[in-house]
Amino acid sequence: VTDSLVATERPTGGRPAIELSEHIVEIISDSGEGAQRCGQSFGSIAARMGNGIWTTEIIPAEIRPPARSVAGASGNRIRVGSGKITNGGDETDLVIAFNEQVLLGRVRDGELKPGATILLERMWRDHQLPDIRESYIRAYDRLVDAGYRVYEVPMETECRKLVNDARRGKNMFALGILCFIYSFDLQMARDQIALTFGKKSQDVIDTNVRLLEAGHAWAGDNLDFCYRIPAVPTTQPHIVTNGNTAVALGVMASGMELCAMYPITPATSASHYLSDVFEKVGGIVHQAEDEIAACAFAIGASYAGKCTVTITSGPGYSLKQEAIGLAVMAEIPLVVVNVQRGGPSTGQPTKAEQGDLMTTIYGSHGDAPKVVIAPATIEDCFHSIITARRIAETFNMVVVVLTDASLATSQQPYPRPVFQESWIAPPVDQSPIPAGAKPYDWDATTGLAKRFIPGQPGGMHTVTGIAHDRNSHVAYDPEINMEGLRARSLKLAALQRTLQPPDVFGPESGDLLVVGWGSTKGTIEEAVESLQAEGKAVSSMHVRFLNPLPPGIKEIMQRFDKVIAIETNWSDDPNELIIDESNRRYSALATLLRARYLVDVDCWTEVRGRQIKPSTVRQVLLAKLEK
Amino acid sequence: MGIAATECLLEMYDERRSLEDYQKGVPRWCTGCGDNAILAAVQRLLRDEGLRPEKTVFVSGIGCSSRFPHYLNTYGFHGIHGRALPVAEGVKMARPDLTVFVNTGDGDCLSIGAAHWIHAIRYNMNLTVFLHDNQIYGLTKMQASPTSPIGTKSNTTPRGSYLDALNPLTVTLGVSNVSFVAQAVDWIPESLYQIVRAAYEHKGLSFVRILQRCPEWLPKSLEPWMQDPDKIQLLHHENALRVSDQLAMVYKNHRKHDPLDMLDALDIASDLERIPVGILYQNKDVPCYEDTRHSDVLRSDDLVRHGLEHEFDKYAV
Repeated sequence: VTDSLVATERPTGGRPAIELSEHIVEIISDSGEGAQRCGQSFGSIAARMGNGIWTTEIIPAEIRPPARSVAGASGNRIRVGSGKITNGGDETDLVIAFNEQVLLGRVRDGELKPGATILLERMWRDHQLPDIRESYIRAYDRLVDAGYRVYEVPMETECRKLVNDARRGKNMFALGILCFIYSFDLQMARDQIALTFGKKSQDVIDTNVRLLEAGHAWAGDNLDFCYRIPAVPTTQPHIVTNGNTAVALGVMASGMELCAMYPITPATSASHYLSDVFEKVGGIVHQAEDEIAACAFAIGASYAGKCTVTITSGPGYSLKQEAIGLAVMAEIPLVVVNVQRGGPSTGQPTKAEQGDLMTTIYGSHGDAPKVVIAPATIEDCFHSIITARRIAETFNMVVVVLTDASLATSQQPYPRPVFQESWIAPPVDQSPIPAGAKPYDWDATTGLAKRFIPGQPGGMHTVTGIAHDRNSHVAYDPEINMEGLRARSLKLAALQRTLQPPDVFGPESGDLLVVGWGSTKGTIEEAVESLQAEGKAVSSMHVRFLNPLPPGIKEIMQRFDKVIAIETNWSDDPNELIIDESNRRYSALATLLRARYLVDVDCWTEVRGRQIKPSTVRQVLLAKLEK
Repeated sequence: MGIAATECLLEMYDERRSLEDYQKGVPRWCTGCGDNAILAAVQRLLRDEGLRPEKTVFVSGIGCSSRFPHYLNTYGFHGIHGRALPVAEGVKMARPDLTVFVNTGDGDCLSIGAAHWIHAIRYNMNLTVFLHDNQIYGLTKMQASPTSPIGTKSNTTPRGSYLDALNPLTVTLGVSNVSFVAQAVDWIPESLYQIVRAAYEHKGLSFVRILQRCPEWLPKSLEPWMQDPDKIQLLHHENALRVSDQLAMVYKNHRKHDPLDMLDALDIASDLERIPVGILYQNKDVPCYEDTRHSDVLRSDDLVRHGLEHEFDKYAV
């Protein structure tokens, strides 16, 4: 990313603003100091300005980590650009930090660009405790020596002029500074504050607006730089949400009436939001006593005619396995959302990972075919739920929507969905069942059967998780067992026949094809695009349906000399001393593609609990091209 | 214009169902198994109440007793081990118009499904729950269950079980929102039927523990109570069940018990010498979870669309 460094006239103030094509900004603080809110507001204002944005939450693993600790950084990272932004990008250009310790954590993790601008709360320099004073001065000197452009900001002192508890007002002061730096329309910022604090009193809104204005004025008086990122406003209306909100909106839009869940990070915010709004459209969020109960409850409701969703994350998903197998066996529609987090076991609850693909496709004992969809964007989180409900009810199958912590907590603008009546589930069928019809009258070709729903006269039968015949009678006969297995498997093929081959990003053939799934789409395409611009014959393909895989994949892969999967799950490095082709564990998608298509798909993965950076992917692809 | 009386009568005749209308298949339980008696009582209830087969759902878990739904000509859900209650709750929440029964065993309900049992009591959804308690795992061939008396010799406790039996009555009575707890025994069909019926009529979660014989694995366990009618204590009250004259001739041990009296209920439930039969507790005023959660909002496509547009407005830029 190159700064154009063209000075343009600023409409207000005297200084010229440096025009940028994009910038990455961070606001970090101790937990509870409001950096999250500042960052989200900043992102929303940028989106209102017509800029592309991608926000990433910076979340400590604990609710109340110790104050001023390296591991306690809480905040938000916003990538703002002129055009569409599809991922979190590379390193940070500018950061506002409320103390030096949280900042050191970010520096240690390599999150800051060399020479990045740092705006640092100055109050610690004069702190009454000598330890804190010394730690601050040491850190300050280190940062300056390391080549960062450090500005000390007396946030506490300035905010005290307006509020008693400066610790709680600083975030809006910081927002004001950022609005000055990026030449944002101050009125839009005021409107955003009114929206953010909409549920609070006018007093609260006024105070925060004053803090915003004070920050803006301070920056104007004291900073010797400012930027402008030209926006390309679209005429199409957009909304900005994170992936979990998109999932929740998708649940509403799909016409589902029930969501059964148990609290688990990072999935819970979807249920929080649904709990707040679902009842307005006659929906119910049921917080069950555990993950298994949530899944069983959803299956019961689906069985009774109302396709239901259960929302969870890795550990919860593991717990639901037996119940998911029941829904597969009894052919009861069910939508499961798995917001993947770091694993195995408790793993990294707040961090992003794509580690659940195999367990999602192959999970539950025995042959338990189910549909797996992985949204690649936040917008796709919304539409995937609607698709999932329709597939679940059409095929009487379990459909798992696999998102991850990265999609769940990141925000991005996308076109405001236009409501379609076809999204909504049809009313529960209560018509009489014709004499002689059977509850599992599997179609000879597709395996599909029309389900009988309680309330339908003449349809009385007992569904069972035991092997059963077309009448749903328990049957241990080998032929009947094979017949049921066949029907449940064929349904996947029937669905596969309706799918389109994935799009190829870039030329249809070339030296290298990059394959990916889920939240890595924006990152991969950004890296691929930059290589294409340099004349490299690289394309990418992002797979949305992971089970069944759509047709045409093998043909696409065969048009490239090399194929590599880029994923956020574990794979062995082939350079390890004891790793060779006979024991190397490939990444999940690479394993699937190799097994199914007999194509030599290589892989490169990283499991750092965050989105892979486009520059990293770029390096990996360059190396692969040369190999 | 009204319907002619004859037409009305003809319709009623059509709607009238016999026991056979509710029966299906031949139960594969052992001869003398208590499940047979429970099935007979429940089929009688269905007929007497004239429940519409298509509007009735029996949900079960896994175990001998969980085969129950297969022998009824209603809708049934034979699920997985321990999870009958949450499945039934889902059915009821989605479709309050359906009558939902749950059949669960002592292993299913009190062991692998114990979490769901406690919380089902607390939700107090309008479900009728039959705990088929034979004090042993039958389908997996004789392992100690939570209600096996201490010292029970089984395949997993060949030298006798180590722990005191769990008392499902006192535990259930101790859970918030409990609204109906009763106990029956399979060998007194008259009171079994009375209790099953009272449980069905109660609005809320009716928890009926039915002590039943397992002639295959634990044939002697309940013998002392079967052979000595004085060890059975019939509960009666003007607000609960009455003891018929025939029953009173055999079972002479009666106790007047107000089903609203929780302390007395706990006292009765704690008696390990005698088996109390009747309603231990009933409180008709406990709200049902499905009523609390369901709103009066009439769902329509338009409502969803408006709700959605309103939410999109919040996030519009």
